[in-house]
Amino acid sequence: MKKSKILLGTVILGIIGLITVAADHIDAPAAQGTSADITDFYAFQAENTSNLVFVANVQGLLSPSATNTTNFDENVLVEFNIDTNGDNVEDLVIQAIPRDGKMYFFGPVAPSVTGLNSTISEMSSIKGEVAISAKGSNAVIATNAAGMKMFAGPRDDPFFFDFAKYSEIIGGTASAFSTPGADTFAGTNVLSIVVEVPKSMIGTSGTINTWVEAKVKQ
Amino acid sequence: MKINFIKYTAALLMSSIVLVSCNNNDDEPVIIKTDFSGTFAQKDQMGRPAVNTVFTSSASKDEFNVTIPSEQNASFQAMFEANLKGLSPAFANMGDKNALGQDAAAFTGLLATDVLNVSLDGTTTFYDGTNVLTGRALADDVITVELLLIFGGEDFTENPTLSDDNVNANDKDFLTSFPYLASPW
Repeated sequence: MKKSKILLGTVILGIIGLITVAADHIDAPAAQGTSADITDFYAFQAENTSNLVFVANVQGLLSPSATNTTNFDENVLVEFNIDTNGDNVEDLVIQAIPRDGKMYFFGPVAPSVTGLNSTISEMSSIKGEVAISAKGSNAVIATNAAGMKMFAGPRDDPFFFDFAKYSEIIGGTASAFSTPGADTFAGTNVLSIVVEVPKSMIGTSGTINTWVEAKVKQ
Repeated sequence: MKINFIKYTAALLMSSIVLVSCNNNDDEPVIIKTDFSGTFAQKDQMGRPAVNTVFTSSASKDEFNVTIPSEQNASFQAMFEANLKGLSPAFANMGDKNALGQDAAAFTGLLATDVLNVSLDGTTTFYDGTNVLTGRALADDVITVELLLIFGGEDFTENPTLSDDNVNANDKDFLTSFPYLASPW
């Protein structure tokens, strides 16, 4: 009896684990629903093919009205990590942190220390800032002397997935996706940080490994 | 000796001049410096889409977010392999592979190190029919690619009702120019 209860609990927990959402939206108990919850990460060649674009989205599933009252958190550092030599340890970081209506950028720069704890590389020779865009206004785009472009502000969530149907399949109440499916993320916003960087600041050719981190001030 | 004395005196004199000149803005308005001090500790991380969500057991999701990528394989590959076989039982069969030619161990060995591989040399896409894992573009249908790799078998034909969610594009068009993402709702 007791054992079967525990088993049932494990199964339910397992199902909850599988259905707790999406790309990285609310992926884990400690981060979900907080200002440090990463929803998505993209890295792609820019319109100018000499550049790379990095996108980090945080605080997902914002309704249009919630978007008006949701801001970047000044205690949360968003850090793009770039490994250029294949050991999955960051050789370069681009740090982004908001202060008083602006998003400040530092790097690409070698971090003072790698791993779970960061300090902000204020002394980096490469830096920039951009006013955080408001919903309903044109996107504010800043450039810096290094040729980087910077943006921060609310955007439509670029992620698309019939997450509701996936949850039903995993939960055992559906056996197939619908045709067509329904995008669970339609009509919702995220807070986006977009930075475009000349490839020459990262490397010459080959493959990099990259990931994004949200880090909270202690 | 005497020359040293002169040297040191000169050095002292020079440094005091430098120090003074560093400090000669005393009469100008004070500029309040933006404070970026402190230590920032990791709370969330992400490389490829949906990896922590789908492959990490629920009790370990926070731990996955604070395990550095270079240590993720050692800590999570076995868990990912077990969960993959639970999700898509065909992977438990000897020799069963996905369309990348990977068996369960190889596939989860790739995924457990949660970084996005990005080419500096050209097309950047999660998968476009030709290029595999050379980046992640906004329009990439990453969920269908992952469903195909989990459920679609060796040639993407198995379990067709599970291997495509039939949502193939975003609800708003992306921009061709910076900042690329569509305006908010």
